[in-house]
Amino acid sequence: MKSMLGKRALSSFVSLFVLIVLVFFLSRLTGDPAALYLPVDASEEMRHNFREIHGLNDPLMVQFGRYMADLARLDFGDSLRKARPALDVVLEAFIWTLWLALVTMALVAVAAIVVGSIAAFHVGRPFDRFASVLSLIGASAPDFWVAIVGIVIFAVNLGWLPTSGTGTVWHWILPIAVLFIRPFGLILQVVRGAMITALGSAYVKTARAKGVRNRPIIFVHTLRNAMLPVITVIGDQAAALLNGAVVVETIFGFPGVGKLMIDSILQRDFNVILASIMVTAIAIFIMNILIDIAYALLDPRIRA
Amino acid sequence: MADHLLEVRNLSVRFHTTGGVVNAVNGISWHLDRGETLGILGESGSGKSVSAAAIMNLIDRPPGEITSGQILFDGQDLLQASEEERRRLNGKRISMIFQDPLSHLNPVYPVGWQIAETALAHGVAKAEAYARALDLIERVGIPDPKGAMRKYPHQFSGGQRQRLMIAMALVQKPDILIADEPTTALDVTVQADVLSLLEELQEETGMGLLLITHDLGVVAEACDRAVVMEGGRIVESGTPRGLYHNAQHPYTRKLLAAAPGRGEMREPESGRTPILQVRGLRKSYGGFEALKAVDFDLHAGETLAIVGESGSGKSTIARLILRLEEADAGSVKWKGEDVLTKSRRQMGGLRRQLQMVFQDPTQSLNPHMSVYDIISEAWVIHPDILPKAQWPTRVAELLEQVGLKPEHTQRYPHQFSGGQRQRIAIARALALEPDLIICDEAVSALDVSIQAQVIALLGELRDRLGIAFIFIAHDLPVVRDFADRVLVMQRGRVVEQGSVRQIFESPHEPYTQRLLAAGLDADPDVQAERRAARRQLARAIGQMADIVQ
Repeated sequence: MKSMLGKRALSSFVSLFVLIVLVFFLSRLTGDPAALYLPVDASEEMRHNFREIHGLNDPLMVQFGRYMADLARLDFGDSLRKARPALDVVLEAFIWTLWLALVTMALVAVAAIVVGSIAAFHVGRPFDRFASVLSLIGASAPDFWVAIVGIVIFAVNLGWLPTSGTGTVWHWILPIAVLFIRPFGLILQVVRGAMITALGSAYVKTARAKGVRNRPIIFVHTLRNAMLPVITVIGDQAAALLNGAVVVETIFGFPGVGKLMIDSILQRDFNVILASIMVTAIAIFIMNILIDIAYALLDPRIRA
Repeated sequence: MADHLLEVRNLSVRFHTTGGVVNAVNGISWHLDRGETLGILGESGSGKSVSAAAIMNLIDRPPGEITSGQILFDGQDLLQASEEERRRLNGKRISMIFQDPLSHLNPVYPVGWQIAETALAHGVAKAEAYARALDLIERVGIPDPKGAMRKYPHQFSGGQRQRLMIAMALVQKPDILIADEPTTALDVTVQADVLSLLEELQEETGMGLLLITHDLGVVAEACDRAVVMEGGRIVESGTPRGLYHNAQHPYTRKLLAAAPGRGEMREPESGRTPILQVRGLRKSYGGFEALKAVDFDLHAGETLAIVGESGSGKSTIARLILRLEEADAGSVKWKGEDVLTKSRRQMGGLRRQLQMVFQDPTQSLNPHMSVYDIISEAWVIHPDILPKAQWPTRVAELLEQVGLKPEHTQRYPHQFSGGQRQRIAIARALALEPDLIICDEAVSALDVSIQAQVIALLGELRDRLGIAFIFIAHDLPVVRDFADRVLVMQRGRVVEQGSVRQIFESPHEPYTQRLLAAGLDADPDVQAERRAARRQLARAIGQMADIVQ
């Protein structure tokens, strides 16, 4: 287990480095920040000074070396836009996204597992058909459309919920509801499929021959076996949310890391782009480790 | 008052499948009394397991449908009972164990809990349930019972897993134990142990035992009475002795005739030149030594059987010779050339002469290729064997040679039965005109009557084409009928080798003797003798243990 974690950490470190290199050079292709931050009629001298202050006049390789040297001291540089340490800016936004992702995925996991398990036990019956149709709609509905329709109905027409922003619990409901739909549909399908396979397995036959009741057969015998593929997909979907639900965060004016990334790209705020990508990458790395641990906890054959 | 503990009357079950309605059993009747062992003997597809599934309420409806009959347990018709009533009987008064204990045990829970669960499901308090589980684990002979409680199924051997299944079934001291092919996946020595454990437990508890099996030997060893099933009907019933000596129905006679181990033993011809010389062959996986310096010769046109229990290294030898895996040390000389030092390209040419037939034709044939493609693929890889224009005729010839019809060429593997699929695998091997065919448990998965046909086919090919065989098997009677010489393996070593006659009639090594004594013979009288010998051996070992203490 420990050596596996070590290997994981090493390979993640390598991919993180490659990611930094790519993002560092690609983001410079978006253009010159001086053109964006200075007035249109700024003189070439002013532009030159701006670049000089922010170290943008040096050759790219020198800039990169400097960035890596700072990074080694955990200095992510300052945000051009906000004139504050880039890492602070990113972490502030990331906390919002983290909560949004955690609450959404927790709800999704519970709902999908319960509904999917019951559907699998009643394969082909009305409940299963209903759940399948629901999940198909959920998995294929475009979230920007759902978000806008949700705002129109619940915020504009009915006036029950705020249209956007943060502040109260009510502000969270629409974004979570919109983010919920797609992973719910997807994970429900995976749970259902895995449960159908597990329910058809030989050890379920044994349990029935032992006189075990239906409920423990579903929730004790099969669910734990069926969870392995499900956890993989949950991790996948959680990673997508951690990356920032760009569309949803933008529509609801939610100050998360997805919105921050888009904004910083538009604003050529290179340090913030890099810092937010690293923070989310590390978060995803930690989540993958958690999934590996969950795997080992669920399946004794992996522990050995 | 009920006449019998369990009585199945006129039971008919059918299944609705995409291919139409399949009548699995048709009006079968049998009964079982306390303390008695009834065998249901049949080949695959005979419906021998269906009545057990009906008793345990394990038939899914749909697709299954019980169209007629009664299952009387203590006078109560189970088919009229509610789901909850039947659940209360399962595991408490009627228990069941299955063929493949690894897949029938839940992989993610400790076995102690799984055994205790049988009691927990019937309302026994937790502490009491675990105490019973511990008792039974000890009773079925698992070492370190306390530690075993916390272990998982994959940490036990196949035989131990079946013992754990038995413990699980007996927690609530049921009146009836149904055992569906309980020893089929086990080694012969382990099979004998498990059967005698079942017998001991039956003597202790007085339960009725229903043994479902395809193996005449199991019936001869363990049953008081048996019914023979074919195509969903009971064709004959009686005592094992009566069935063996006085079979009335042609199907029973056919089964008895197909039982291996009856034919003339072959004598190896002397003075032939060795075509394959294996010296000092070694292979380790991690810390596990699978092969410890194996030496043997194979002569042209000879059949060498390699026998031994699982894990003895038999299949490893085959994989190393064919370079499907690389050996750690040693040499394999094929017609004087060392196979192990050949390059990949040279090996390709050599593989033509060395072919292999695997145990499970369902897995070794590509399901998306037609029979024509499967057989002719060999000529695509080795284009010098046959010009393309002749492929169709040659495929047809090969199919006829293995007893299939030329018009089968455009069919796919799933359209054939297990025995036919194995014939296709043999035709595929023959397409390259090899000098040696390695059969790795090639007939183990087949029904007895099919097995006899495939063995006859291989024998015919050997005599007609002069092909040499390495025949890897755990089934000794088959080896006795088919091989010239035998290599007995134990834990990666050759413990004894010799002619078939020498190994079967005067084995020198205790291990070989034990292997032979553990084999099950279809003749109940032979089996009774072997049982007595086995018990004497066990008593002697017990006395020796006492003296040592």
